[in-house]
Amino acid sequence: MVDRSWERRSAVRVVPPARARKLAKVPFVELADGRLQGVVSSGSDVARVYVSSVAAATHAFSCSTNNNRPCGGLGAGYLCKHLQALVKEAVLQYGLERVARYLKADVGEGDDLVDRLDGVKEQAPAAAVFSRFLRHLGYLELPVTAGPVPEAHWFPAGAS
Amino acid sequence: MRGAQIAALADAPDGVAEALAAVDGFDDALVHGLARLDEEREAALAALAGAVGATPLGGAAADAAAKVTAGSVAEDALAALAGGRAAVLGAVHDALLASADEALGRERAAWDADAATGDAHANLLGGCRAWLTELAVTGWRGVDHDLVSGADRTVEAVLAEPALRRLGVLLDGLAGELRASCPVGTLERLPVRRWADLWTRAVLLAARGPWSAAAARAVSGRLLPLGVDVHEHPTAVGVEVHAILEESGGSSRLVRTSLLAPKTDTIVGPAVWRLLAGFPVLLGALAERRGLVVTDLPLTPGGDLIWDDERAAAGDPADPFVTARVGLAAALAPPVPPLDRHPVRISEPVLLEGYRVKDGRFELDGQSLAVETDRLPAAGPLTEALVKASSVCIGLLRSDAGGWSVRPLAVRATVRKAPVEAHNGDWALGPTDPKVQKAEAKAGDSVAVLRERAGRLLRA
Ligand SMILES: [Zn+2]
Repeated sequence: MVDRSWERRSAVRVVPPARARKLAKVPFVELADGRLQGVVSSGSDVARVYVSSVAAATHAFSCSTNNNRPCGGLGAGYLCKHLQALVKEAVLQYGLERVARYLKADVGEGDDLVDRLDGVKEQAPAAAVFSRFLRHLGYLELPVTAGPVPEAHWFPAGAS
Repeated sequence: MRGAQIAALADAPDGVAEALAAVDGFDDALVHGLARLDEEREAALAALAGAVGATPLGGAAADAAAKVTAGSVAEDALAALAGGRAAVLGAVHDALLASADEALGRERAAWDADAATGDAHANLLGGCRAWLTELAVTGWRGVDHDLVSGADRTVEAVLAEPALRRLGVLLDGLAGELRASCPVGTLERLPVRRWADLWTRAVLLAARGPWSAAAARAVSGRLLPLGVDVHEHPTAVGVEVHAILEESGGSSRLVRTSLLAPKTDTIVGPAVWRLLAGFPVLLGALAERRGLVVTDLPLTPGGDLIWDDERAAAGDPADPFVTARVGLAAALAPPVPPLDRHPVRISEPVLLEGYRVKDGRFELDGQSLAVETDRLPAAGPLTEALVKASSVCIGLLRSDAGGWSVRPLAVRATVRKAPVEAHNGDWALGPTDPKVQKAEAKAGDSVAVLRERAGRLLRA
């Protein structure tokens, strides 16, 4: 049954908060533009990152450096370690249910989402994802506001 | 609060139900979009305009309802309808706050300041208005990824402009919720009131320019914190400290002071305090439960101290429960700036003692009040279990959808026969609970990790 009183409240939480996770390996994950996509730090070179993505429904996947060099670990039909890390961290951040629903993947209790992704390799827009990552980092460059922000009252902290 | 005070809140003030019904009608029209109104929704627009008919907004709202009904959904018509909706909710706010003040015996100063709006950032605001108009025309049910992404660049530009921070934080929050809800048409339930609230607020904030606060005056004296209310959406975290200001002249008043930091969605829990590390004096006072000595700090007519660590120094230890018990009754409450009058802003500090917690409610002298145990910030030590085991609470008296509740800011409880005390601000300098410290250490410093990435990649 639809909860009508919920619909008539001002301060309900619509987006559940992300769960805390380690950010060093996979600093950025998002469910956007019809993909699970994100940025994975290179294990060997601190200046290099990989941009990885899995498309919803088709589960077509891609992985390349931010300079568009293809990832060497990627096979025609299997996921590289970057993609595996991306999927794992996305599940930590959003919960299995939300990620599986977004990807339209059929995952049962105790299943590993990675095993359910059987798409093929595709060419995805790494530059666009990388620029979204930079935009994401940009939030931390903005100054703190001292002074009233009454709009914040619509966004109380807390789980639900 | 005593039972009799809770009982005094039980009856909604006259007219609130009718006013909210007028708001609901308009909100339902926004669900389906203003481009194709059926007769019922046309009547709802007219009813909203009618509700403000006797006010200076009446003529503009009636014209706007007529124009939109005739199929012309223009920005100025939407601004007039948003103004009408805000005025109705403003009246609901005033009635609810007056009833809270009466129940609490709280004296409130009268508003006698002018608020001005600036006339800047015309292009940016025009971009915001265009998107908000598109949302209204389409209706929430029609929102898809393309419509949401259409706001990305505008929101990014607004966020980069400090004078427009309030609008930026609001639009980013709304866009984030819409994005996460896409395609909205398939959702079983919609946050109808909430999204209409956010839309209305954004339309008003984008109408002309930043709302410049009315003239603040400099105050000096002792500031005694009562507690911290934490606000958070994926890309912003705010702390609002409620406190009693004892001015050097002798008067005592309720004030708030707020900090808001942009963040990423992955910075959650106690880590959010690290974003406010530039305010060690305020955070130190919260973590150590101290008072503060402030000198020439600007205080707005609405009771907001514009925080500046340079004008504050740590004071003596000050137990917020003592501050509440001794100070709340005599402190003068501030008036609410006209444009900020909305029930969601009502957050009146109260002290509750000697209650029992049953079924999510505080029970006291045969009366009961809902407790917002789902509103305990992960940035602090309060948990649902602690609230359930508590017998003393500093909280905020709040109202949503016409019902009253308390949001705990601090509790005293008995856990395994030992007294425990917890305040939302206890972890302002880092968690004090060894278990939480361990988890934090294991996860690593998320703020530092992202700053390192930003340093390497943004400036590469
Ligand atoms: Zn790879």
